[in-house]
Amino acid sequence: MVSNIARPRYCAALALLFLFSFWGETVAAPNPHFSPFEALWIWMPFILSGFLLNLVMSLLAAVLGTILGGLLGIAQLSTSKVICSSSVFVTQVFRNTPWIIILFAVMLLVPFELKLGTRSLIIPDWLKATVGFAIPVSANVAEVVRGAILSVPSGQWESSESLGFSKWQTLRMVILPQCVKRMMAPWMNAYAILVLSTPIAAVLGVHEAVGNAQQAMEALGARTSLLVPFYSFILVLFFFYIYPISRLTLWLERRYAVYL
Amino acid sequence: MPFTSSDGDAWPSDQPIVSLVDVHKSFGHVEVLRGISFDVFQGDAVCIIGPSGSGKSTLIRCINGLANFQRGSIKVEGQEVSDANIDKRKLRKKVGIVFQQYNLFPHKTALQNIMMAPIHVLREPKDVVLDRAVKLMKKVRLDGLENRYPGELSGGQQQRVAIARSLAMNPNIMLFDEVTAALDPETVKEVLRTIRELTEEDMTCILVTHEMGFAREVGDHIYFTDRGLIVEHGEPDEFFKAAKDPRTRAFLNQVL
Repeated sequence: MVSNIARPRYCAALALLFLFSFWGETVAAPNPHFSPFEALWIWMPFILSGFLLNLVMSLLAAVLGTILGGLLGIAQLSTSKVICSSSVFVTQVFRNTPWIIILFAVMLLVPFELKLGTRSLIIPDWLKATVGFAIPVSANVAEVVRGAILSVPSGQWESSESLGFSKWQTLRMVILPQCVKRMMAPWMNAYAILVLSTPIAAVLGVHEAVGNAQQAMEALGARTSLLVPFYSFILVLFFFYIYPISRLTLWLERRYAVYL
Repeated sequence: MPFTSSDGDAWPSDQPIVSLVDVHKSFGHVEVLRGISFDVFQGDAVCIIGPSGSGKSTLIRCINGLANFQRGSIKVEGQEVSDANIDKRKLRKKVGIVFQQYNLFPHKTALQNIMMAPIHVLREPKDVVLDRAVKLMKKVRLDGLENRYPGELSGGQQQRVAIARSLAMNPNIMLFDEVTAALDPETVKEVLRTIRELTEEDMTCILVTHEMGFAREVGDHIYFTDRGLIVEHGEPDEFFKAAKDPRTRAFLNQVL
């Protein structure tokens, strides 16, 4: 599996692309101030610290979104009409709304600071953005969970019922354990999409990788020759984070395909 | 009479342990049961045969409350099963069911499949349940395969685990819903042998089956259903030798 993750030809192609992007200025028309490579080198810690925030936001949003989505997915299968239809409604709304709209809504609706008695708690923008990401993620996870539960043969419910298990016991001990395997791959997909969506937060002033790169380029005089190397660097960052995940997803899909 | 512990006294032999009176059930406009009545006594093995679509599986599911019915009455040990106030869990502890498709839990080993309900539903101590589960695996002649997952067992072996899983609840009545219909012919024998042993131990059994030879051999009473009605019934010998109703004769001619 390790050899799969670091497939040499993909990595080599990306590295070439990355190096080639410096060609424009370093070789063809040397700049008196900083070459793009030097500029990137100087600003790299700044961009990397932004990227760290992308990862933190994605991980937190994934955890929150998975918990909310799990509950939402189960609620959609409730026998109570009210719970069922309201959770279907919520899921559909958040699944079919552009993420940036949800993000704006969270940014504007959540107050800048929370007052708890005498103490006030300032909510940083990145945390608000994380909540904003968790909402559409939960809607997507809800559909994954619902689909997985429905994919378990009805005979499992029937035999559990005949053995005296309650509905919750059946869900917890019989149905959900069988769902975990089925949900793994679609969940990983959802996570990959979430990670790739985190730069949307830049629009809202969160200092993540893309926002920081833009700021760095502005500080360097907004030279167009910087665009390709700086954005390529971000591409490489995301690629090396996501690619192993998608390989792992494929591996899991194959691994568990056997047992379904 | 309320449910008592199934470990308690045996049901008196002069009263039916299961009693159906004029049971009607329909799915929408389709009437699947149109007035079924019969009694089953403690220790009896009752076989229900009939063409597919005649409502046999639905009937058997009504007895342990997995399916509901619109009219009539089903009493198990004197307790009306359609009564909304009864404890369905206690009913299901009394009445075990084995399905055509085994429905074992694929993520649990054979032994865990057997142990789950006694531990989580009956809340019995684990060591007691383990002891019983091991004995049941031996009883269905699958000792040595305790740690296999259902996917690693043949259909016949899975079905025997399913029987053991039902027996682990110490039921007084066992329902079998075409338990050999999905099996390869060579694995049918062992499953039938297990059921035969149960009937010999005087377990009350209600079987829906297509195995006519088996029905004749183990059945104390045969019911032939067609289109939601009991067309004919009798002791196995007279039933198979001298069926009176033309529909029964036509059916028997086809399958025998």
